[in-house]
Amino acid sequence: MKEIYKEYFRGNLPHIWCSGCGNGIVMSAWARAMDQLQLDKNQCVGVSGIGCSSRITGYLDINTLHTAHGRALPFATGVKMAKPEMHVFVFSGDGDCAAIGGNHFIHACRRDMDMTLIVFNNHIYGMTGGQFSPLTPFGKKSTTSPYGTVDPDFDLCKLAIGAGASFVARGDIFHAKQLTDLIVEAHNHPGFAVIEVMATCPISYGRHNKIPKPADMVNYLKENTVSKVRADKMTPEEVADKIVVGILHQHEPLEYTKEYAKLVKRLQGGEK
Amino acid sequence: MAQSWKIRLSGTGGQGIIRGAMILAEAALIDGKNATQSQVYGPESRGGSTRSEVNISDKQIFFPKVVTPNILLTMSHEAYQKYSGNIEQGGILVLDGDIGKDGQHEGIDVYCAPVTVIAREQLGNEMCANVVALGVINSITHMVSDESMEESLRRNFKASIFELNLKAYKAGLQAIIQKR
Amino acid sequence: MSKVRLVQGNEACALGAIAAKATFYAGYPITPSTEVAEYMSTMLPPRGGKFLQMEDEIASMGAIIGAACTGLKAFTATSGPGFSLMQELLGYAVITEVPIVIVDVQRPGPSTGLPTLSAQGDIQQARFGTHGDHSVIALAPSSVMETYFETINAFNLAEKYRNPVVLLLDEEIGHLRERFDVEDEAVEIIDRKRPTCPPQEYIPYDNNEPDGVPLMADFGAGYRYHVTGLTHNEKGFYTSKLPEVDASIRRLTSKIEDHVNEIATFEEIELEDCEVLLIAYGSVARSAQEAVMELREQGVKVGLLRPITIWPFHDQRIKAACTGKKAVIVPEMNLGQYAREVERVAPADTPVCTLTRVDGEMIEPAQIVAKVKEVL
Repeated sequence: MKEIYKEYFRGNLPHIWCSGCGNGIVMSAWARAMDQLQLDKNQCVGVSGIGCSSRITGYLDINTLHTAHGRALPFATGVKMAKPEMHVFVFSGDGDCAAIGGNHFIHACRRDMDMTLIVFNNHIYGMTGGQFSPLTPFGKKSTTSPYGTVDPDFDLCKLAIGAGASFVARGDIFHAKQLTDLIVEAHNHPGFAVIEVMATCPISYGRHNKIPKPADMVNYLKENTVSKVRADKMTPEEVADKIVVGILHQHEPLEYTKEYAKLVKRLQGGEK
Repeated sequence: MAQSWKIRLSGTGGQGIIRGAMILAEAALIDGKNATQSQVYGPESRGGSTRSEVNISDKQIFFPKVVTPNILLTMSHEAYQKYSGNIEQGGILVLDGDIGKDGQHEGIDVYCAPVTVIAREQLGNEMCANVVALGVINSITHMVSDESMEESLRRNFKASIFELNLKAYKAGLQAIIQKR
Repeated sequence: MSKVRLVQGNEACALGAIAAKATFYAGYPITPSTEVAEYMSTMLPPRGGKFLQMEDEIASMGAIIGAACTGLKAFTATSGPGFSLMQELLGYAVITEVPIVIVDVQRPGPSTGLPTLSAQGDIQQARFGTHGDHSVIALAPSSVMETYFETINAFNLAEKYRNPVVLLLDEEIGHLRERFDVEDEAVEIIDRKRPTCPPQEYIPYDNNEPDGVPLMADFGAGYRYHVTGLTHNEKGFYTSKLPEVDASIRRLTSKIEDHVNEIATFEEIELEDCEVLLIAYGSVARSAQEAVMELREQGVKVGLLRPITIWPFHDQRIKAACTGKKAVIVPEMNLGQYAREVERVAPADTPVCTLTRVDGEMIEPAQIVAKVKEVL
């Protein structure tokens, strides 16, 4: 792992995340995935928005673009469209992706450009001190829902599938090996690949919701996640309270930059 | 003959008023003159009143709009109501068919020609009424050369409808124009 | 047959972008700018360029900044309401020093206002619309031909100074059709300075470049640097150290303001002996020029200073032009947004008069003539 760190991080650690935060596990899963993929780092771009998780781009030894709140996907869309040969990884949080960036998210799913979106879902706006997000479960407490939210939450994966993403998966920070594999598969999928990663924020979420210990939060994930394969064999009642992980959806994409290249070729007389 | 033409073409959205103005302005440019074309339109693509303005001059044109035209074409009753009261003294008013037939316009030369009827009956296509109107205007004013007008029509229409529009222009040139 | 063509302002803008070697457009439709997008969607794909219609103006800005980071010349076009949405990422492009061009075909506002009519109401929005201290370059052409050349200039200035450049058209110029006869003229094309040093020696936000503008590496060229909207040190990484923050934010402004002499261009009409000075830009400058001609025929000593560059504001030049005049009149299609800047620099004994119009129609030459006679 030491070699992997040296190869894929810039050497400006320690990171800014609190002790007990799950983000570091996602970051190391990305690095392990990169190690498996053996991509040319000069041809990789990391794009992120604003929030705790979006700080990841500062640490990665690739081309990195730390953008504005919610806007990572439009920037990534510009990069990928400009240079389709580049490998684009987008990092976002639950608030960044599903609230302020929600419109960009559904349109990125619709365009189905070949890039990988990793959403760190820790159910909370961490950087601003713990406000509820569209992915905070109903009834949970935060600094702006001291009595519990009355806001229904999104199922981000269902939203992605509905909006047309051709690869949708869910992982979690307890199953770090599986998460690495999911990132590899997402990268190798030739369309827009969404991975929702169930992460943990003991400070801003756990403390308000009676699970202040990092280990308890991770244990919660261990005990409440079921694989897609197993979930398919369970009754709806049995699955209802579980977090289903694995590849939830995959179809053959009509990839945007490839379709655009075909259009250019046709207009230039190369292909009818 | 005026050195500077201040032209306002008016009618209903969808009649090709703006396209007509573009053809006229481009013909003047091909003649080596200066020309500007601008338009005012509402949010509708079809219906509603439309006007487009063309300045043609041997000199450089600064202010590109037309405040008081010295030639006004009206192709709808609504446009007639709206614009016919504002024409420069000694200017020209061109009316389609019986639009404004009871109107009084002192100090204005009023001409009328059945522009839309010619387009419908002689050419079988009301869509080219705008180009018929250009023929009528040019037979009265000779503001652009026929050669430049032909070139302008060629540039402004697809090959498949160029001939029809050239015919429309010629029909306009030959139309019986009544001076009121 | 003559090669002179009748071309619309918005089309001339698109043609200028192609001539400037722009290969990337992302935008969202809004009247009266939409023709720019339509022409780009027609011209870019056959040339191998990239056209994207995004979900909104914010996304359009994100996409062009992303594309510009890979080395492409990228731009967008919009009008007032869309320009407001772009302000967030305009600031991002300023602090990250990513060259982009934004075309704003102005219409009357606030809000939806009068979408099909004309205004010059975004003069101050172009300068101060985004948050924080920054500088910006904004250009306002007065004719279809000038729109073509100023579009090229906009890309050149963006590349040269690594800053967003706003091309401030107004509906009148955007939709005006007139003479266009550009014949493969040799135009100067400027590209950003790119590093050639080994990657480990590259300083992406070097404060010590003589012109204040650091070298910019393309994503994919092997430099693997970090771009962030946070205040950053010379290496590009977040910093809150006071001297580092101060130096970088001051440089963002000084790299533009220190070069106002090179950036700002003007046209002077009948200034030598003029007693009443008109200062007008964009479409209104045409009315002003006609008014000057009419008044000169009557023996009135009036002249016109036409700023083509709206921002950066050339304090010294405007002050010098105002000095000794009986009066200065600033006709504009807003309630005095540029006049306010003129007032700021004009000598105390020179009255600066506004002549404003906000009903969507152009200020007419007769209005300016009347105003000049009123102040004489």
